[in-house]
Amino acid sequence: MTGQTAPAAPDGAEHLPETQVRKFNINFGPQHPAAHGVLRLVLELDGEVVERVDPHIGLLHRGTEKLMEARPYAQTIPYMDRLDYVAPMNQEHAYVLAIEKLLGLEEVPVRAQLIRVLYSEIGRILNHLLNVTTQAMDVGALTPPLWGFEEREKLMVFYERASGARLHANYFRVGGVRQDLPPELVQDISDWCDAFPGVLDDIEGLITDNRIFKQRNVDIGVVSKDEAIAWGFSGVMVRGSGIPWDLRRSQPYECYNELEFDIPLGVNGDCYDRYLCRMQEMRESTKIMKQCCERLMKTPGLVLVDDHKVSPPRRGEMKRSMEALIHHFKLYTEGYRTPPGDVYAAVEAPKGEFGVYLVSDGTNRPYRCKIRAPGYPHLQAMDWMNRGHMLADVSAILGSLDIVFGEIDR
Amino acid sequence: MSWPATRSELEALGQELVANGAGLFGGYEVAFGELSLTAPAGRIVEALTVLRDTHGFQQLTELCGVDYPERERRFDVVYQLLSFTKNRRIRVKVQTDEDTPVPSVTGVFPNADWSERETFDMYGVFFDGHPDLRRILTDYGFHGHPLRKDFPMTGYVEVRYDDELKRVVYEPVKSVEWRNWDFLSPWEGMERGFSPVLPGDEKGEEAKS
Repeated sequence: MTGQTAPAAPDGAEHLPETQVRKFNINFGPQHPAAHGVLRLVLELDGEVVERVDPHIGLLHRGTEKLMEARPYAQTIPYMDRLDYVAPMNQEHAYVLAIEKLLGLEEVPVRAQLIRVLYSEIGRILNHLLNVTTQAMDVGALTPPLWGFEEREKLMVFYERASGARLHANYFRVGGVRQDLPPELVQDISDWCDAFPGVLDDIEGLITDNRIFKQRNVDIGVVSKDEAIAWGFSGVMVRGSGIPWDLRRSQPYECYNELEFDIPLGVNGDCYDRYLCRMQEMRESTKIMKQCCERLMKTPGLVLVDDHKVSPPRRGEMKRSMEALIHHFKLYTEGYRTPPGDVYAAVEAPKGEFGVYLVSDGTNRPYRCKIRAPGYPHLQAMDWMNRGHMLADVSAILGSLDIVFGEIDR
Repeated sequence: MSWPATRSELEALGQELVANGAGLFGGYEVAFGELSLTAPAGRIVEALTVLRDTHGFQQLTELCGVDYPERERRFDVVYQLLSFTKNRRIRVKVQTDEDTPVPSVTGVFPNADWSERETFDMYGVFFDGHPDLRRILTDYGFHGHPLRKDFPMTGYVEVRYDDELKRVVYEPVKSVEWRNWDFLSPWEGMERGFSPVLPGDEKGEEAKS
């Protein structure tokens, strides 16, 4: 902490002039537990009032976009998991949608769509459980994260049973998903959906009407409708301000338009409304998951398109068919080539609009892949959202923005 | 409005913008169900203002650069816009080189601030009138623009903790060697929906002419 002027003079030093100016610059992070990762905020304070926030980001920059330019498409899907590592499959989803758009693969099999939607909604709950409970932790409550992480653990087991990995799944493929779900897994997810609203009630009982939580979040970080649009917000950050905008409804992809769910909206656009939106979204996601499970039990079929120019043949086929062996070899060395051109595909990721802008030059690698991370414009707004607030509100606002550095720094 | 937009709707919007734009837009293209426009770099602020105020594209979702080193003006700056009211997306591209600055659009869309900083950081494109054009994602004191095609994948420097000096030191890269597995075959077979130009194709053209 660096005071710009000396504080009140110590005893016996009356000749030093006493000063009224109390401007401070402090570093918030990069090793701060409420910084949600590696964020360095340079705060200019007047007493305890924030006058300017300068976020220094890039401490987790790994050059994902550069690395992707040097690999065939199939090898770049795992990079998407490592962006927003709290909800990995949602990122994969946007990326495979972009490649499918380039390749002209409009229809993936119904069962694959259902599995994709099911796991995207698991991702949404994973993300919101983490965000809501750590937001409570940022303002002083320690129990909610413990309760929320227990459920996250169960969801990660579902990830593991589908893909073999708890976190970095690499499960989505161009034209579908890697492999089918066993019926027991679908049944277990369905059972979990029945139990989860009870757990949500418990967590809500801890936080929603909690006096301290409300004092720290109501009327803090208010975002108006115009501000939300002008600053490039998406997801809960626009819905918390009362704008009915959700890509699952307004620009539907996969089978979202066949499913029943509601879009919760906030009224005041403050941190508390955003919290309420996230809680309600988890209930809606559970409804979607339940519908997917029911349909999955009745819909057998392929989970990957039957087109060996983009999807590898099954191992059994390769033992008997020369053609299948050649396809397998070509796919795992050269990979498919996309037509030249550029596309933008976006999904409603838990944090907002996650988009992929893909430029292809007709080879087997992306010429340029720009990842549109929803947290990037949200974090940018830290400056004006915090002006005039107290220092203690910084962590409350940061918590409600839902920041994960994997996707912001890329 | 309905989603996705049909090709004819996008064509109509593109034609209207180019015809009534008074030179703000150079041309339009509809491909993969998306509309992209080109614009002269010097008038991009006007162009985006028109799109925002007259055509309802309220949000700048993305701003990024693309590098084509073989071109005379090697960089594309790409603006992706979204209309909440019309439920449409649109893309505007301008071209520039290493020296010519592009006017900053922070006055039209405030969230262009960080995106322009990132484009500057990654490609070295300058933005005229940007309030604070600093690097954003790379290290403090970084040299070069990593997303340029002529920037090596491994970079130029590596860092490690030096036990004798008791601090982190920067050194030229020597611990890794970039291995480029290029499996792109010169034959047909793995492409979908287009016919690639194969090496030797140009000889056929010469023979005909």
